[in-house]
Amino acid sequence: MRALIVHHAGPGVAVQDLGRPGYLAMGLTQGGAADLRAVHEGAALLRQSVECAVLEMVGTGGTFEATEDIRIALTGAVMTAQIDGETAAWNASHLVPKGAKLVIGPTRSGTYGYLHVGGGFATDAALGSRATHQSVGLGALVSTGNTLAIGADKGRDTGMTLTPDARFTGGTVRIVPSMQTEDFDPAIRARFEDTTFRRDPRANRQGVRMDSDGEGFSNPKALSIVSEVIVPGDIQVTGDGTPFVLMAESQTTGGYPRIGTVLPCDLPRIAQAPAGAEIRFTFLTLEEGAAQQARATAEERKLSQQVAPLVRDPATMQDLLSYQLIGGVVSAADAPLDEG
Amino acid sequence: MTNPTYTPKIQSVGLNGVLVTFGERATDAANRAAIAFRGAVDDQGWTEVTESSSTLVSAFFRVDLAEHRFDGIRDQLADMLAGQDWSNAPLPAGRSLWTIPAAFGGSRAPQLAEAAEAAGLDEAQALADLTAARLRVLTLGFAPGQPYLGTLGEAWNIPRQVGLTPNVPAGALVAAVRQVCLFAKDTPTGWRHVGQTAFACFRPNGATPFPLSPGDEIQFTDVSEAELARIEAHNSDGAGGAVQEVLA
Repeated sequence: MRALIVHHAGPGVAVQDLGRPGYLAMGLTQGGAADLRAVHEGAALLRQSVECAVLEMVGTGGTFEATEDIRIALTGAVMTAQIDGETAAWNASHLVPKGAKLVIGPTRSGTYGYLHVGGGFATDAALGSRATHQSVGLGALVSTGNTLAIGADKGRDTGMTLTPDARFTGGTVRIVPSMQTEDFDPAIRARFEDTTFRRDPRANRQGVRMDSDGEGFSNPKALSIVSEVIVPGDIQVTGDGTPFVLMAESQTTGGYPRIGTVLPCDLPRIAQAPAGAEIRFTFLTLEEGAAQQARATAEERKLSQQVAPLVRDPATMQDLLSYQLIGGVVSAADAPLDEG
Repeated sequence: MTNPTYTPKIQSVGLNGVLVTFGERATDAANRAAIAFRGAVDDQGWTEVTESSSTLVSAFFRVDLAEHRFDGIRDQLADMLAGQDWSNAPLPAGRSLWTIPAAFGGSRAPQLAEAAEAAGLDEAQALADLTAARLRVLTLGFAPGQPYLGTLGEAWNIPRQVGLTPNVPAGALVAAVRQVCLFAKDTPTGWRHVGQTAFACFRPNGATPFPLSPGDEIQFTDVSEAELARIEAHNSDGAGGAVQEVLA
């Protein structure tokens, strides 16, 4: 079987994909990868469908071995990676020969790292998706001793790289009004925009808690609402005034008011912000937000055009003599690289 | 029960969709309207709506508002709203009536007496209320497939208890605020445990992962603890002895 053998797995490694839409009415949220941008980047690097399932890794990855030659790509939170002891660049695609040891982790920046394989993971699907959704019992974390099936790979390219969209250190996140924004006094909304938050260590695939100094953001009027639909990126304010950004595995409805909703294209910035990273929120009108999101979606669809050959610094290439240095693989017309 | 002065509201939900709300409070009429309106919009087959759902008082339509202008979908929904009085609209066809066996009170549902007292009823009256009512699935949520059922009479407008019961088992019927919830999984709760079924609300490996849908009706039948145990012993499909009929 074409597969990845898991010799050791970190505590937060799981198969993910774009999630399972279509079950909101049944109380099941979409789920899927915490950083969907990373899924798109990996698909572009391997020139394959964005629907291919990936491994999401928190904190550390593990030690893996392929049963056949496979292609991989590494995206999202930057982690250390070695293939048979040799450092493999992040945000790049590589060949992992049959029997070679792939060691991933620990994390150097960001929160969620991704391992993509050519052909995608072919683990069992449930309700139309391979996404692990632990709290509802769909799928399970990857653990030591597992063997993960891999689909057929039609691609051949490896040694390609892509400059990732910057999103690993917090920063400014754009939000649009949501259905309860008006229930918050203008003064509270203004203070919310003026506050520098810190990502609390208490964060998971359901939500990310935002810490700040000073007064909370609760509004008495907003606390008596009827439970209402939740979408990913909603910022709910709990009774004590603490904002939480709701993520891929939030519940489908909730009784806390939402002060605003993060643009889908900025949600990876929330997911990837490490504990303590500073985050600020800025309101856009619905029209401005729609325009910014449309631009980001158009750019994401063209990601594969930005994939370029991985040029390695000869000073760090210990096995320099084994490389073919003058074959015309790299076109002089290719965009210059920036390994981000 | 309904607020005749409430005008339905159409609002954007982030860039993810549009919400049509039929009331400020969780009333039976607002819920009926939400379910009926969602069904009617679904029947239109609008291509920009990729998914829909209903909550206690609202219908939600998933629309990519970065791709489709909010104003356009808002106007389409406003036209639909103006077409009729949705609080009196018939519920969608094809809903199911479920008859589900449950043991009330006793060791399997130890808070029936307490809930009855909070409602100002004796235990026999409480049991009669809980088994006489045809309850509607108001919405599914909190856990996949888990129904909030309503609406019980005004006496049942009982508050949640102050403390949480640490673990009420899957299949439990719990009551508060004129509603009954049938737990999809073991859950800590402030609602009172009045009945116990063997009905699985979420069957991820079954042919019907989500047996219930919003708008379905449920009637509970009182069975003994011995009968419930017998049902539980032969319950590999999670049906819990329930009988399903399609409502015309």
